[in-house]
Amino acid sequence: MANVIKLRKGLDIHLQGTAEETKLNLKSNGRFALVPDDFEGVVPKVVVREGDIVKAGDALFVNKLYPEVRFASPVSGKVTAVVRGERRKVLCVKVEADAEQQYVDYGKKDVSKMDGKAVVDALLEAGLFGYINQLPYAISTNPSVMPKAIFVSALRDKPLAGNFEFEVKGQEQDFQTGLTALSKIAKTYLGVGADSSLENMKDVEVNVFKGKCPAGNVGVQVNNVDPVNKGEVVWTIGDPTVVLFIGRLFNTGKLNLTRTVALCGSEVKKPCYADMLVGEELSTLLSNSYDADHSVRIINGNVLTGTVTTKDGFLGAHTSEITVIPEGDDNNEMLGWIMPRFGQFSVSRSYFSWLFGKKQYALDARVKGGERHMIMSGEYDKVLPMDIYGEYLIKAIIAGDIDKMEQLGIYEVAPEDFALAEFVDSSKLELQRIVREGLNNLRKENA
Amino acid sequence: MKALRNYLDKIKPAFEKEGKLHAFRSLFDGFETFLFVPNATAKTGVHIHDAIDSKRIMSMVVIALMPALLFGMYNVGYQNAIASGLDASFMDMFIFGLLAVMPKILVSYIVGLGIEFAWAQWKNEEIQEGYLVSGILIPLIVPVNLPLWMLAIAVAFAVIIGKEIFGGTGMNIFNPALMARAFLFFAYPQKMTGDQAWIADSPIFGFGGQVPDGFSGATPLANLSDYTFSMDAVYGLIPGSIGETSVIAIAIGAVILLCTGIASWKTMISVFAGGIVMGLLFENLEMTPIHWYEHIALGGFCFGAVFMATDPVTSCRTECGKWIYGFLIGVVAIVVRVMNPGFPEGMMLAILLMNMFAPAIDYFVVDRNISKRMKRGGTK
Repeated sequence: MANVIKLRKGLDIHLQGTAEETKLNLKSNGRFALVPDDFEGVVPKVVVREGDIVKAGDALFVNKLYPEVRFASPVSGKVTAVVRGERRKVLCVKVEADAEQQYVDYGKKDVSKMDGKAVVDALLEAGLFGYINQLPYAISTNPSVMPKAIFVSALRDKPLAGNFEFEVKGQEQDFQTGLTALSKIAKTYLGVGADSSLENMKDVEVNVFKGKCPAGNVGVQVNNVDPVNKGEVVWTIGDPTVVLFIGRLFNTGKLNLTRTVALCGSEVKKPCYADMLVGEELSTLLSNSYDADHSVRIINGNVLTGTVTTKDGFLGAHTSEITVIPEGDDNNEMLGWIMPRFGQFSVSRSYFSWLFGKKQYALDARVKGGERHMIMSGEYDKVLPMDIYGEYLIKAIIAGDIDKMEQLGIYEVAPEDFALAEFVDSSKLELQRIVREGLNNLRKENA
Repeated sequence: MKALRNYLDKIKPAFEKEGKLHAFRSLFDGFETFLFVPNATAKTGVHIHDAIDSKRIMSMVVIALMPALLFGMYNVGYQNAIASGLDASFMDMFIFGLLAVMPKILVSYIVGLGIEFAWAQWKNEEIQEGYLVSGILIPLIVPVNLPLWMLAIAVAFAVIIGKEIFGGTGMNIFNPALMARAFLFFAYPQKMTGDQAWIADSPIFGFGGQVPDGFSGATPLANLSDYTFSMDAVYGLIPGSIGETSVIAIAIGAVILLCTGIASWKTMISVFAGGIVMGLLFENLEMTPIHWYEHIALGGFCFGAVFMATDPVTSCRTECGKWIYGFLIGVVAIVVRVMNPGFPEGMMLAILLMNMFAPAIDYFVVDRNISKRMKRGGTK
């Protein structure tokens, strides 16, 4: 019987445009790209050149600091471009896919007979290792330190997020193999939501998280099960599809980066799902899916933690949904400080959304206020189900006080844990950016 | 609405850098964001935001203060009518009060916002809304006979020394409105205490009557030996600072603040708890001639508990700290009143004192979390 952990804090934001559980049949246009920025903290070293021919599973770039951590091409084909930005930063490596796909054969393996080192080596070889993140710092992990535990969250509860229960249907075997493989490395915890079909997975300790968003955040789950202390490393998989990638690798011997992506948001005409490969161009998914007569924001990911992309963007490595919402920069609302504003959602009862229960809103991307110093107290803590004083941690980060950051538990948090706090913040501070900068500074300091 | 937007867009370039009117950029910004919700969209982090912002919060507090303000105006007229022996109608009394109070509100806003606008321009920041609340609080906590120039100096002191030098709204240690009152209290005590301060004594534009010389209009707390409790103290028909007298009007404001969730109910309740406990204690020790409920109803206790102690910036920020902070305000307010005959009113000093200790209380609350974490990690 799984442990049940109830979280009282949090907030579910109900938005219009939830994906219906039907799948589009997409025909790929053959354009792919792997984006190094999808792997937080990785300084990429590109190992292919334009014109090179690669197979699915061949490395496109590696982590400069840990060259054994490779990032593999999702498809076989020709490398068409290495796109660089300011100061020669690698933005993406583009690959034109062959019509007939060829895979590097890593060989089927029986994970139950492997040890931890063999599993890590296999993941490194196939270019999957970098999909695993770690705490502290919330970055793509490295193989130099083995973790005290591995946490997998199979609960996606951010607004409009693609439902993993729907994605995993029919692939339970791969999921189990992936979990078994991880459990060889260290004790593995699986966090699921209420009434999950994954409650009976073997070789892992299953915890059922009951509560509002962000109960599905892997960082929140770590904090409530076995918090990270200074000097400890925990591997985290907040994107459960990565476990499917791992399972498929061992079950088939091939790297198969197919994932089910939700197309959602209030601007989407028919919200639904589609199977796509990591790095696939979004134009096939997005064509004719929304009205282009006013400005919209296309988000690679969900509205809380995703990144802005365009129609020609590429599916992120950890992206489980593509969200399209109105940009809102053409919206001039008058006297917002006093109007009732029934179409707006707020946790504050100075608006009326608390009367409407689960009404779904079509929110746009406006910040809806100017940035101020922290004025109201206790706002963050209401949506941060961790044993952490959010305001004080943020203040310590802004002040650059390393000792205080450590004492207040910065090793336990990821920027995404502060996403809801950023949403509710009446002072409109960019909390995720602040936390990310704090983590980066700390990493430099401790290096 | 569209025309207004177009007009603003047309004149906006003049206020941008190198525009002719750049020196008034902060003023333009202030009015533009006041008229229209800014439509800047998220650059980093979350893509959607809650509709709440500090303008909305401050507006709600101002709305919550309206009953106390309107009743205060009426009471100014009522007190004048009693003292001058005039037989005035309700409207006459209200209009007299309006005429007596309005100049104070105007001076407070013009001086305070003027400094804020200038400061924002100088620092190249956006205007902060904090003064919207302070600007109405200050006239409500001063006696009606306070000369306007004193008010202006106090407002300038509060905004500059009380707030801006710390970095503006959100960074100040002391409640700016109480800083203004404390400044007046110690700089011009003869205008802030005694029996001549509380009742407007001459007619304005033909409204109100002339109060005879030597009429004593002391507040009940300053004159306890002569005082017997009546429901007037609850209704608010007693001499006192403009907005502080009516428990009922303040209670309406409290309901607004608590329903909207803008003031912390923990702070508010614990201030009353502290006051009641201390009032009961002194009553039983026979150190004070009045009952505990009179301590709550009289003077600025309710006003301070509802509108001042709950200021999120200067109060404790941790939930546990709020209980301690509020309770101690209630305790200290009654202690000051009872133990020190020089200060018949203790609320202002109690809140300022606890403003100072709020960070210390939070420090110990947060430190518990830190030591728990350190223990868990096995390090010191």
